[in-house]
Amino acid sequence: MKRLTKSFFAFLIAMLPMVAMAQIDGEFIKPRSGKFLLKNATVVTITKGVLNNTSVLVENGKIQEIGASIAANGAEEIDCTGLFIYPGMIDSGTKLGLAEVSSVPETVDFSEVGNFTPNMQALTAVNPNSEAIPVTRVSGVTTVLTVPSGGLFPGTAALINLNGYTPDQMYAGFKAVVMNFPSSGRRGRFDRRSDDDIKKANEKALKDANELWENAKTYLKLKNEGASLEYYPEMDQLAKVISGELALLVQVDAASDIQNALKWLEGKDVKVILSGVSEGWRVADEIAKSGYPVITGPVQDLPTRESDRYDTPYANAGKMAKAGVKVAIRTDEIENVRNLPFHAAYAASYGMGKEEAWKAVTINAAEIFGIADQYGSVEQGKVANLIVATGDPFETQSQIMHVFIDGYRIPLSNRHIRLYQEFLERSPGLKSK
Amino acid sequence: MKKINYFLAALLGLSFSFASAQTPKGSVLIKNATVLTVTKGTLQNTDVLVQDGIIKEVGSNLSAPSGVQTIDATGKYLMPGIIDAHSHVGLDVVNEATSPITAEVQMKDVVNPTEIGIYRALAGGVTISHAMHGSANVIGGQNATLKHRWGTKNPDDIIMADAPRTIKFALGENPTRVHGRGNGIQPRSRMGVEAVIRNGFNEAIQYKKAWADYNAAASQKGSTATAPEYDERLQTLVDILDGKIIIHCHSYRADEIYMLINVARDFNISKLVFQHTNEGFKVAPEIAQYTMGASVFADWWAYKFEVYYSTAFNAAILNANGAITSINSDSAELIRHLYHEAAKTQRYGGMTDDEALAMITINPARQLGISDKVGSIEEGKQGDLVIFDSHPLSTYTVPQMTFVDGVKYFDIKEDKNDQRLAVSPTEMVEDVYLRIETERCMQDTEHLFEMASNLFNQN
Repeated sequence: MKRLTKSFFAFLIAMLPMVAMAQIDGEFIKPRSGKFLLKNATVVTITKGVLNNTSVLVENGKIQEIGASIAANGAEEIDCTGLFIYPGMIDSGTKLGLAEVSSVPETVDFSEVGNFTPNMQALTAVNPNSEAIPVTRVSGVTTVLTVPSGGLFPGTAALINLNGYTPDQMYAGFKAVVMNFPSSGRRGRFDRRSDDDIKKANEKALKDANELWENAKTYLKLKNEGASLEYYPEMDQLAKVISGELALLVQVDAASDIQNALKWLEGKDVKVILSGVSEGWRVADEIAKSGYPVITGPVQDLPTRESDRYDTPYANAGKMAKAGVKVAIRTDEIENVRNLPFHAAYAASYGMGKEEAWKAVTINAAEIFGIADQYGSVEQGKVANLIVATGDPFETQSQIMHVFIDGYRIPLSNRHIRLYQEFLERSPGLKSK
Repeated sequence: MKKINYFLAALLGLSFSFASAQTPKGSVLIKNATVLTVTKGTLQNTDVLVQDGIIKEVGSNLSAPSGVQTIDATGKYLMPGIIDAHSHVGLDVVNEATSPITAEVQMKDVVNPTEIGIYRALAGGVTISHAMHGSANVIGGQNATLKHRWGTKNPDDIIMADAPRTIKFALGENPTRVHGRGNGIQPRSRMGVEAVIRNGFNEAIQYKKAWADYNAAASQKGSTATAPEYDERLQTLVDILDGKIIIHCHSYRADEIYMLINVARDFNISKLVFQHTNEGFKVAPEIAQYTMGASVFADWWAYKFEVYYSTAFNAAILNANGAITSINSDSAELIRHLYHEAAKTQRYGGMTDDEALAMITINPARQLGISDKVGSIEEGKQGDLVIFDSHPLSTYTVPQMTFVDGVKYFDIKEDKNDQRLAVSPTEMVEDVYLRIETERCMQDTEHLFEMASNLFNQN
């Protein structure tokens, strides 16, 4: 394993002069579509086991064929002997594309003014050319849910593939209205409200949520009956949750809030996904009973209470999975979504197991989003979101050798890599001039 | 009778001073581990004997002296205790953000040995952390090097008494925001940051001369010279110029790093370590030549503008150019898995196992001036050790036991879930902190800003 890493870097460094020569001024390696035959790999399908000495044919953006001996028939052949093919990973909760530099407000587009803004579309604000996107996808994360934040109903999240020049080209077929379920916890060490103030704010938020929900029901009823309604885009968007057109992504963390959310959702016949759920392990059985799927993370996080065992955030995903909850993992990150495989690895070692952790970043996410016929595993007919790696992509020693998104072969470059190429052996070096 | 009383009183006093100076030292024999010494390679099926807090012997078929516990580590990995060169864990206060220079301030005055973050760091194999002043001031306070001797309520017990003095400097956005934009005084720009440092050192030189002149005059017979007013702030700057204190400087951009290298060379200062150093890779040859290296994040970038042009290959480039390079946390969360942060240098730059492990052990030890005592598994060094169930650079590894001075402070099998040492008697219901902010470099500067939390919650 170690030797492999070293030889890979030796190879990379040997390639540097060639790359430099090939990249004449103005030339840029773009993602490109085509017909590709990934030959002779170990294919980790996730849903159909591990296939040795197997090839995968990519054509028209799809996984056209999986088999031992596939004829190239004009396909570009990529030798994958000794390498592993996995489905592209899905991060089920990020702000990727919605902010470029977090501390510079001019570049931050994930939250809007107001408490009730479900019609704010994350997909509108996604910057397809954010520097963080090529930085992310070379890690093997090919698809992310990008989520607005802010008030009670801050907006509508969208699932995007990390390739494309317009948001529509990136859109991967799932949207959900976000609800920040009223929280009884503190927002952080700087939250110095009294217990009483927190309780009051919580009660007020719950009252608001109930009113808005009733109004949306009325709005939908009138709309369905053909009433002429005033222009009310916020209510129109929330009504789509009640009608079943859109899912409701309920962000909730503290145990008592999760219980309150489950109670609040009782009898509401809508598609619910719980997200965050950092104290889910305390009430895992209740969540399992509700049947709602959970998106949880970051896994590498601090315990929510000082009295908690140090590894509770690592173990949370596994404990919920063991209780029977369908679990997907998120990073809740912007520029470091690339760490998703490492979050999943921590969940794996602290009780979830590797197999279940892989599902949590592939097929479970696809199933939760209702796109499992297209994404989440290496299967014939699915969208060609694939990664080829020297080993287990959850290990830092493994290198990602190829990435395909929507059948496009993605250049394995980004600003981080270009800076490495330029500065590893700087010229001029120490001597001035 | 009176004499006996005096004698007893002296004895009592002595035993008191002993009690406060003496920290626990343990003995333990760890058998059959894969020993990652860091400085002397990897040893298979090897035993390590710690006696009275010191690594006595590294070898095979060692037997435990009577009364010394033996731990069977067959199939497990033993590495030196992890050292975090940038942390704010175990501090009640981080920033004295009242002046561009606050060199007189000392973090050892605000050490809280009961902070749960110390135990959580131990559970991640970290035995030593560099508890730093924040980055609000150009020249901040003096830091404390902590040994994670969990269980005491006496701050002195966790301060590493034999570590040299270090001081925090800070360049760039943070001091210019706090003082220039927050208070309308210099520095408001990176030009002003340089001026503050140069002015400070020049004032210190004059202060030193004033004392030297006075001392020379006072030694003359019948001298009537009056002593200059003592100034702790200027005396500390003098100590820096005299090489008694290591500078640890918060920095991001290549230009400001290069500036401080030039200032240090002008004032003959060689004890200089850069912290964060996101653009260190751009001036790696200069850092390697003139300083004690850089302590960096594995992969943090883009959270503020001065780290937008970063690369996760930073550590690899610095290391390849010969700079002493360490990976730090600056975070109560990251400190829990520094072994994983170090492992990222294998994905981003193909570091060998020894190079990656050095970045969280011997290299930070060198930067803190304690590499003769800790940072590797060698006979004669302090018994700070961690046992992992698999190779510590694997993402799947789980720390099992952590020792400081041969005393076991973390054992995964003996963890009590609730490990708090101090619980407020007035606490009715425990606070639940959701999405805790983990970066603390700008803590305690909130009052300087009216706006949004993201202003003060930055590294």
